[in-house]
Amino acid sequence: MEVTININGQQVSRDVEPRTLLVHFIRETPGLTGTHWGCDTSNCGACVVTMDGKAVKSCTMLAAMAAGHEIRTVESLEKNGQLDPVQQGFHEKHALQCGFCTPGMLMTARALLDENPNPTEAEIRTAISGGICRCTGYKNIVAAIQWAAEHPAGERQEVQA
Amino acid sequence: MQTPASFEYERATSVDGAIASLARLGPEARVIAGGHSLLPMMKLRLAQPEHLIDINDLESELAYIRDEGGEIAIGALTRHVDLLGSDLLARHFPIFRDAEEVIADPVVRNRGTIGGSLCQADAAEDLSAVCTAVKAKVVIRGQNGSRTVPMEEFHVGPYVTAVGDSELLTEIRLPLFPGAGSAHEKVERRAGDWAIAAASAALWIDSSTISQAGIALSAVGLTTIHLTRAEELLRGKPPSEGLFEQAGQIASEDCSPNADGRGPVDYKRHLAGVLTKRALTRAAQRALKEEA
Amino acid sequence: MTIIENLPSPQTERPIGFGRLKRKEDARFIRGKGNYLDDIRLPGMVYGAMLRSPYAHAKIVSIDTSRALAHPGVAAVVTAKDLETLGLAWMPTISYDTQAVLAGDKVRFQGQEVAFVIATDEYTANDATALIDVEYEPLPAVVNARKALDPDAPLIRDDKAGQRDNLASPTWEAGDEESTDKAFAEADTIVSRDIIYPRCHPAPLETCGMIADFNPETGQLDIYNGNQAPHAHRTVYAHVAGLAEHMIRIRTGDIGGGFGNKVPVYPGYVCAIAGSIVAGVPVKWVENRSENLMSTGFARDYVMRAEMCSKDGKVTGLRVDVIADHGAFDSTAQPTKFPAGFFHIVCGSYDLEASYVKVKAVYTNKAPGGVAYRCSFRITEAVYLVERMVDALALEMKTDPIELRMKSFIKPEQFPYETTTGWTYDSGNYAETMKVAMDIAGYEELRREQAEKRARGELMGIGVSFFTEGVGAGPRKHMDILGLAMNDGADLRVHPSGKAVVSISAQTQGQGHETTFAQIVAEELGIPPEDVQVRHGDTDRSPYGLGTYGSRSTPVSGAAVAVVSRKVRDKARQIAATMLETRAEDLAWEKGRWYVKGDPEKGVLIEEIAQYAYSGDTMPEGMEGGLDAQVIYDPPNLTYPYGAYIAVVDVDPDTAQVKVRRFIAVDDCGVRINPMVVEGQIHGGLAEGIGIALMELISFDEEGNCLNSSFMDYLIPTALECPDFELGDTETPCPHHPLGAKGVGESPNVGSPPAIVNAVIDALHETHGVDHIDMPCTPARVWAAMQGRPEPPQ
Repeated sequence: MEVTININGQQVSRDVEPRTLLVHFIRETPGLTGTHWGCDTSNCGACVVTMDGKAVKSCTMLAAMAAGHEIRTVESLEKNGQLDPVQQGFHEKHALQCGFCTPGMLMTARALLDENPNPTEAEIRTAISGGICRCTGYKNIVAAIQWAAEHPAGERQEVQA
Repeated sequence: MQTPASFEYERATSVDGAIASLARLGPEARVIAGGHSLLPMMKLRLAQPEHLIDINDLESELAYIRDEGGEIAIGALTRHVDLLGSDLLARHFPIFRDAEEVIADPVVRNRGTIGGSLCQADAAEDLSAVCTAVKAKVVIRGQNGSRTVPMEEFHVGPYVTAVGDSELLTEIRLPLFPGAGSAHEKVERRAGDWAIAAASAALWIDSSTISQAGIALSAVGLTTIHLTRAEELLRGKPPSEGLFEQAGQIASEDCSPNADGRGPVDYKRHLAGVLTKRALTRAAQRALKEEA
Repeated sequence: MTIIENLPSPQTERPIGFGRLKRKEDARFIRGKGNYLDDIRLPGMVYGAMLRSPYAHAKIVSIDTSRALAHPGVAAVVTAKDLETLGLAWMPTISYDTQAVLAGDKVRFQGQEVAFVIATDEYTANDATALIDVEYEPLPAVVNARKALDPDAPLIRDDKAGQRDNLASPTWEAGDEESTDKAFAEADTIVSRDIIYPRCHPAPLETCGMIADFNPETGQLDIYNGNQAPHAHRTVYAHVAGLAEHMIRIRTGDIGGGFGNKVPVYPGYVCAIAGSIVAGVPVKWVENRSENLMSTGFARDYVMRAEMCSKDGKVTGLRVDVIADHGAFDSTAQPTKFPAGFFHIVCGSYDLEASYVKVKAVYTNKAPGGVAYRCSFRITEAVYLVERMVDALALEMKTDPIELRMKSFIKPEQFPYETTTGWTYDSGNYAETMKVAMDIAGYEELRREQAEKRARGELMGIGVSFFTEGVGAGPRKHMDILGLAMNDGADLRVHPSGKAVVSISAQTQGQGHETTFAQIVAEELGIPPEDVQVRHGDTDRSPYGLGTYGSRSTPVSGAAVAVVSRKVRDKARQIAATMLETRAEDLAWEKGRWYVKGDPEKGVLIEEIAQYAYSGDTMPEGMEGGLDAQVIYDPPNLTYPYGAYIAVVDVDPDTAQVKVRRFIAVDDCGVRINPMVVEGQIHGGLAEGIGIALMELISFDEEGNCLNSSFMDYLIPTALECPDFELGDTETPCPHHPLGAKGVGESPNVGSPPAIVNAVIDALHETHGVDHIDMPCTPARVWAAMQGRPEPPQ
């Protein structure tokens, strides 16, 4: 069946089986391998993207279910060469090591701050509790999200494209 | 990643349309809403429906939380995140917020629905006990109209509900009576995990006496355990620690847990008792507006 | 491509060399532009999927692949019979055993590989595995290590000639039995415990996989594989598959976590390679999470019995007897002469009079492995044992656990210290580190709080652990894996513009090598880190080395980079002398510049020297042009980082849930190249330690069914289970490492589980009489302990 999904502002159409999972649909779109997968049971959060602004686990959705909705992936965070504050925060605060959970964490963080611009530490930990990180022990991820909350417009571009 | 077997897919455009499709396609067709129970099972190939009917577009018909006078009506497609955030619900039934805070994780809660949770009928699922405790009734629609079923008759067995083959759960109705207080207490091995045991309690207190009680347990039986014996004990009595201790004792006797990775039988019975007492204590405090 | 600037303004001082430099590799990861194995698509690529055994132990009666072969999109179905013709049905393991690539006669653990499907896409390959019909004749299984040596236990390795029982290796010993007996005879206090370090799993977020791409025209085999030891793998493939080693190239790309899980050679890799060789197209195989948990290298599974004694308030002797559960095939990874890894370190940080240690390994019907998950070659097991025993002794002696440790520590003046198991620790000031931890924790205040809470019926525990570990294997005289010496190389080239490329053999899986190794060059040569490109992950373009695990990166590869930078610096000195028309010995160095002693204005920058090296007409006598050097570093010894950890836990008296409220970790890993990176490593390891102590477990029922084969049942801590870690540091340089650094990657996993378990027991000892509990301390198990029945996991 033909499935058309708005991904990062672009209409992406492909002929896929009904059973094609959203995470695979995204990953097979050129340039969009930033969304990862790490488990079989919706526990790890490596696949988190946003749908209509809310964080969702793309491994637990059919691509067909996302048709007609707006999906945003990690690749959409940087705009016109300007990194999103969550991306800058993760870099500032050393909130990533192997980088595998990072896209899911970034999208979760972005969705959190869009809804709650000044979260407490407890609210941050709860918000990211649907994702697993094996490398960082979460302390720096929390600090990174706090940094992003404190620098909403992004203070300076740390990384040049 | 593990991937599901093949199936046909259609999107329902109305509730009646979804029901008609179920009737047309037969028992190998299943409705999918949030999909966070069904899709993982399909990926592990524990479920292999031949047809999926996606009802996510039916939010205007099926997603709401409304005060309808003597009852609160909740549409079956209401997402966990909205149940968590509803001040209306929290005002009358704080037990929902208690439970939602510990159901799965925040990302899953953006998609999962109350209807999906209730229809999954997993004994460890929290909302089934919550709805049983608050004396909910559920509305089931078929091709010949709707019928109402009390929550304690909704779960027929493990993973089996009163919803028939060509029927859809559309609504959960919560009766509003004065003097209500409710609470949910859960113990899990880690945030987001299924309950090792959980207790839901609702009390209606009138002139310092418990006029009505609802107590149900998750994860300590083949389905939700409805503690009718404990409810009888409580009715007509003033709330007290000793009374709730007795109710807890009944809870640990009247449940039938299985030993599994979450714990052995004796520990689960013990938890049933402890959590029942805790839930009743908090429910009473809320009913009496004494909670700190 | 991307330029990283490190600080907000040019006016602020920027570290050139050691310091809290933000990471260069972040640029691609925060944009979702990492290049992990499953991101790679090659033209014509096909997909593999593995059919695995549902039984822990069964004869294979027949395998019928016809329905699978008939399925549209299926290109091939490979079984043991097919691999036999290529001589690949069995493969050697790192422990000199053999492991079935695909099961032929029998399956020996649940999840064992039985057949390999190759199809056009992943979904079809998965579908096709369900169409392979295998007839099994189930056999009784043994999954309990103690029972594996019962006379009536089923024989697992009947494929090995002369194997009559489930003993995987003869007993290994260390220490001295006689002097240990004497120490116990003279002791005033003796305690004994049965202590299990249960089976757990490194479970990196990215599972294992490989793309094998064999070009039949050229004979080149290109492998893409998240792999912690790519050069060693290349040599193994050449040897095992009879391929030409110079025609094999392994590229690792970005790796989503290793933790030892990506060290072994897995059957899926061999099948992908075989598939590509036969089909002549790229074959991609990526395992799912269940496969990862059920079949790849697990960690620990040590069943230990120990006794410890003390005299006059000081620990004096230790006896340990271990049964090591290696699973169905012995595929543990450790240096050849160390079959029990570095378990010798079980004598801990204490000045013992004597110790005697025995380890024997058994086969069981479980997945193979054992050495993984930041274990430093069994040091996690050893430290867990000794730190639990010291606490057990403290309980018996009714003395404070820190006080007993302080009295028993090896003293600074005793270094270099030879242990009773024959090792030489390099340097340490243990008491100082312990005091820093106590200060950060507010130890006295915590004990007061504990007493107050106990009076109110609240259960709070304070647990301590102090560890010394040995990392950075190792000297080629003593340490090889499969005969390959555990040395690592570095290759540094400075370009005419003064920018540099350093190629290293270490293989990062998140440790930050692209930044930290550039910092080493920067520290030694004064070339800014952003001007140093670190190259790794390609066996064609990096020097030979044994890979990254056992915290080797800094001690071995880091040393190599320091040494090679100094070689370049020395060459630069000679060239500078020529440029300045003076003698080399008249020059002095400041970071980035050689100048004339006594005339500092007169000097040349490293960039100027580089340019001259390529273009100057006169080179120093006998010296070739260019500015580069190569080194293979042979470490003279292991390095011995250490640390003091304190855990504060609260136990719910009714539900028995354990919450880690605080965790204080003071590490001494010598000189820290990038403290920010070191701290990040420690945070991650502490979280893993919480997981191991409280919730992670790979367990089996009596039939050998694995009960924890998904992330629903293999529980990993989330942000809600981890406290805000409190770190401290002391710095006692390593005397033999060029930078004085020791390495730290595994220390947090080594030190944290005993601290947490000691804390749980501390919470429950006075009120409930608990004096031991095995991990994981789940609510059910803690509750059982509170009722007086601590049950070991199985």
